[in-house]
Amino acid sequence: SLSSGDTSVLAGLYGPAEAKLSKELPDRAALEVLLRPKVGLPGVLERSREQLLRQTCEAVVLGVLHPRTAISLVLQVLSDAGSLLSCCLNAACMALLDAGLPLTALFCGVTCALQPDGTILLDPTARQEQDARAILTFAIASSERKVLMATTKGSCSVEEMQQCLATAQRAADTIFQFYRDSVRRRYSK
Amino acid sequence: MAAERGAAAEALVGQVVLPGDLLLLPAHYSEDAEGERLRLSTGAAPQGRLLCGPGLRRSGAGLLVTKCGLLRHRPAGGGVYWVDSQQKRYVPVKGDHVIGIVTAKAGDVFRLDVGGSEPASLSYLAFEGATKRNRPNVQVGDLIYGQFVVANKDMEPEMVCIDSSGKSSGMGIIGQDGFLFKVSLGLIRKLLAPKCEIIQELSQLYPFELVLGMNGRIWVKAKTVQQTLIIVNILEACEYMTAEQRKQALAKLSGN
Repeated sequence: SLSSGDTSVLAGLYGPAEAKLSKELPDRAALEVLLRPKVGLPGVLERSREQLLRQTCEAVVLGVLHPRTAISLVLQVLSDAGSLLSCCLNAACMALLDAGLPLTALFCGVTCALQPDGTILLDPTARQEQDARAILTFAIASSERKVLMATTKGSCSVEEMQQCLATAQRAADTIFQFYRDSVRRRYSK
Repeated sequence: MAAERGAAAEALVGQVVLPGDLLLLPAHYSEDAEGERLRLSTGAAPQGRLLCGPGLRRSGAGLLVTKCGLLRHRPAGGGVYWVDSQQKRYVPVKGDHVIGIVTAKAGDVFRLDVGGSEPASLSYLAFEGATKRNRPNVQVGDLIYGQFVVANKDMEPEMVCIDSSGKSSGMGIIGQDGFLFKVSLGLIRKLLAPKCEIIQELSQLYPFELVLGMNGRIWVKAKTVQQTLIIVNILEACEYMTAEQRKQALAKLSGN
């Protein structure tokens, strides 16, 4: 379970396990993501987030080492206080690390909120998200800080997006350091 | 940026590495100094071939880490690097000895569940002294200790209960009674190390039979059910207990 501020997400990874014949791919592992909201049934928003997470994870997981298997990632939202998608991305990455699946790189999620006056806020709370002009979420890989996924809610200009991207890439360093420290703590026992 | 891409493999031995870290091999330092020629990674020819073990993949000039864990190195025979990682899910590897549970009999072949992504197959002729007339007495639900003879990502894993000379050497059907439970793969590797302290201390407590499968499964049998359960609980707790806590727990039990 990963929490950033008051937002926390529980992630569980199962696999590589036997895949149903209809879902198995002959040359790589079939990755599926299930996102369950805190209350209510999963709706269209959860489905679109699941697809974003799935595409990000597929870019880093070495699926070719486990053909005809299924890898399932289940995420349960425990509490939501803003920046939910980036919290889900971070929880997904830690679950992949913890389970020992072969990865080519790590990734992290960073959310930027663009205020009406042009200032950039990282990891906004729910209140700040409502007041913002645009909210951008990026998934950034650990290899040369490449962008794996970018999604925007609201409108912003191209220059503003580039600025948010640069800020997010700098912030990603802190998150990767956190991953490294957590893994170190785990292996020092 | 280029400087942080690769780090010398030797410098990171014994430290935690994360997926995405690139390790540079020592042979290539001299290569870059001379400049031009691009040799294959096995070109550490003067020192012998460098082996790349679990958790590492060859990529261009060095090794790419694919699992998080501690980097280990053994200099014997050209050098082997591998990543020691903790995992619970088993992936079949050729030559591993595992405990499988028989789930079905399909003609001449038994299907075994070994905890991987596919059931493994075991032919009835793969037991010591088995012929077409003399079939082994295996029922659905039996436990079998065998080794993998075919295990790669593209094919269904196959097991046998004899070694290359035809002897069973401890493999085969595991007897009645006893208790089967699952632990993480890291604990099994610790228990299989030569002169493991845990097993020595436990054997001073009660006499028992123990079968360790590389797929994380352990089968224990002691004289009474209570003793069996005590040993099971200690082995399960060994994952999280330090050596002192374990010694205290065993001292309390042998005092009773």
